[in-house]
Amino acid sequence: MACVPLVHVQAGDFSLAEEVRRLTGGRRDVGAVVTFTGLCRDEGGRLDALELEHYPGMAEAEIGRIAAEAAGRWPLTGLTVIHRFGRIAPGENIVLVVAAASHRRAAFEAADFLMDFLKSRAPFWKKEHAAGEAGVWVEATEKDRDDMKRWQR
Amino acid sequence: MKLVYFAWVRERIGRAEEEVALPSGVRTVADLLGWLAGRGGGYAIALEHAEAIRVAVNHEHVDHAALLPGDGEVALFPPMTGG
Repeated sequence: MACVPLVHVQAGDFSLAEEVRRLTGGRRDVGAVVTFTGLCRDEGGRLDALELEHYPGMAEAEIGRIAAEAAGRWPLTGLTVIHRFGRIAPGENIVLVVAAASHRRAAFEAADFLMDFLKSRAPFWKKEHAAGEAGVWVEATEKDRDDMKRWQR
Repeated sequence: MKLVYFAWVRERIGRAEEEVALPSGVRTVADLLGWLAGRGGGYAIALEHAEAIRVAVNHEHVDHAALLPGDGEVALFPPMTGG
């Protein structure tokens, strides 16, 4: 039976250790945990912060649909996705995926799949704020869309 | 019907949401985008490249050929950049 994914869309930070413990604590059947953490990155030392706008309600629903598809496609024992919104400074966390399984391949692939679909289908938009300048919306890239196509079958 | 806007679509239109009564000829998402652009001003600027606009009906992605629902929430926004 497919695991029931945990999905959180929140302003506050998350703890990687705590989220891993949630999927492994008290269990003996988990052989692999893959985690992906996306951080706010400053290119060229000019970024003050990213502002992440989201669509409340749909963000949770869409991540839930992507996570449910991953849980149906790979034999996972647990899956957690956390995506933050609001103002996030360089070096801070933005997104976390934790995929747990009996064997490593399922965990690796599910985490990779989650991130590829999150980037192009979860309703979040990044705006870059640099010192003394008006904010600039980050543009979606062709690569993001191509990354998603890798999983077609 | 409730319309909600996000990111630069919201900024260019100048509001985050509104209630609209659709004329009878507006049946699909593409019809809606054309009708809104016809209002001119910020709408025309936001929806100038209609093919780039992403649309969700009641929190689910739809394409521009989709029929509009009788009631509910339709969201217009740019390509997403989360993750």
